[in-house]
Amino acid sequence: MTDTALPARPPVRKPRPARSPWLHVGMIPLTLLWLSPIVFVVFVAIRPFDDLAARGLGAFPVSISWEGFRTAFEGGGLVRALGNSLVVTAAGVVLSLALSACAAYALSRFAIPGRRTILLTMLAGNLLPPQILLVPVSAITEAVGIYDTLTALVVVQVGFGIGFYTFVLHGFMRGLPAEVFEAARIDGAGAGLIFWRIVLPLSRPSLAALAALATTWIFNDLIWAMTVLRTEARFPITAALLNLQGGYSSAYNVIAAGSLVAAIPTAIVFFAFQKQFVSGLLVGSNK
Amino acid sequence: MTAQAPAAAAAAPGRTGRLGRALRRVPPLVWLFLAIPLAVELFWVFWPAANSFSLSLTRWDGITPAVPVGGQNFVDLWDDPIFTRALRNNVVWAIGFGGLSVAGGLALAVALNKPGPLVGLYRSAIYLPMVVSLAVTGLFWRVMYAPEGPINAALGAIGLGSLRNQWLADPDLALYAVLVAAVWRQVGYIMVLYLAGLKSCDVSLEEAAAVDGASAWQRFWTIVMPQLKGVSMVVFAVTVIDSLRTFDIVWAMTRGGPYNMTQLLSTYMFQQAFTLGNLGYASAIAVVIFVLAIGFIITYLARQARAEED
Repeated sequence: MTDTALPARPPVRKPRPARSPWLHVGMIPLTLLWLSPIVFVVFVAIRPFDDLAARGLGAFPVSISWEGFRTAFEGGGLVRALGNSLVVTAAGVVLSLALSACAAYALSRFAIPGRRTILLTMLAGNLLPPQILLVPVSAITEAVGIYDTLTALVVVQVGFGIGFYTFVLHGFMRGLPAEVFEAARIDGAGAGLIFWRIVLPLSRPSLAALAALATTWIFNDLIWAMTVLRTEARFPITAALLNLQGGYSSAYNVIAAGSLVAAIPTAIVFFAFQKQFVSGLLVGSNK
Repeated sequence: MTAQAPAAAAAAPGRTGRLGRALRRVPPLVWLFLAIPLAVELFWVFWPAANSFSLSLTRWDGITPAVPVGGQNFVDLWDDPIFTRALRNNVVWAIGFGGLSVAGGLALAVALNKPGPLVGLYRSAIYLPMVVSLAVTGLFWRVMYAPEGPINAALGAIGLGSLRNQWLADPDLALYAVLVAAVWRQVGYIMVLYLAGLKSCDVSLEEAAAVDGASAWQRFWTIVMPQLKGVSMVVFAVTVIDSLRTFDIVWAMTRGGPYNMTQLLSTYMFQQAFTLGNLGYASAIAVVIFVLAIGFIITYLARQARAEED
């Protein structure tokens, strides 16, 4: 929070020597090295199996083949898996942000007794290692009759995520200017109307950041899917991919193609919402 | 977090009076707003967590009723060579994963702190792996580590053919091979955290030291690093908590093999629970993970609580 006291920094910092070219000498190879796993996976994915077998995985592609993608989609049921992932992610993100926004509003704008304790307890729940929840959660989903359904996966994702989202949204909402609330109250707006008309629209930046973050978290999840789902037809993409890898363990082009398919949706979110994504990563860290 | 600080400060003076009045009438709707999310979390997080503790004192296969065995599971854990291996691996993992990603992330943050041509591109490239799920990262690197894969091919091409290995099948190397893949994905995250920390550092201090003749290395350790203490605390707690949770990437790459040499506490717990059906024993492992994590969870919470007070 020290940076609020900084506006007086003098703007006269020009006479610095030009940036040394050494930065680029170091960073260009490093960047290429960093991206090389992704590039190689693309190379492997677009080469036919016969070519992989003949020239090894490390060779450069000489032609493009969709064989790997076709096998991954047909043999691995990746279309259905992607569909499952999208359903779970959409429902999970919307529900958890909706519930968290409600809780954050209540905790940040009203004198709920013990609200700080409640808030930190909720955050603590999100920090627990998931392992401590797996066995009972699978038993509970069975007991309430939703084991092996996408509903179970959504519910578990929402329950586990709420604490963190509430904490972040609370931090944002308590900073909203009090005057806006006073004005609305004088106009006779009730708590619900203020939430809907004022708090939610004003919270859009932090909701967007959390949505970008939550999308990748839920879409990328593996352990919860493996805990509450058994039927392959209901697997999200991550779990389906591991099955695919079991079935085609030496067909590296199929595995590479499937992995790319699973990575593309989150990559799109990343490129479309890079700013929100990065600010989302920061909100939890509190600098 | 920075933009709202002035607004919060402006709101603070009016708060206490307003709260006093509001205490008498929190609208019923608001209670509902709080009660529903809270109930969801209590039912799906705190209730199961509490259950794990009682399950850890039983022998349970999930079908027949659980048999209470007291602390026997924990005694058995101590004599279980796979558990002690997993525990040791987890320590190696926390140190290696944390150390390498902090060193890499911090170095990159310092190098890429000042804007300039291409810097945005470098940053994006470094944190791009973060959007790839851990499971998919594992599969990516399985391709890289394949016997005839790019890594071995590259080693052959630069004349280091003697270093070619069956990376994931070699009991002595597999854990480190998985670790490298995990670090590849984590460095970008640490870099983002440190970049934010560096942005709030006081530049004039460093400039004053530069005028006094301090070398860049001295300035970094004596002036910049102390200002990054807060970020480092968060990074430390988050890294340890993450290390204890690590599951997906190991599962995707090795499933704990070869010969349990890449088994971490989380993978062994999962295997005991859902492959072997020893639910009580698995819960005992989960309790151990919890006990190891709780100190760091409290550290992180305490910091957040202090930030809340500001």
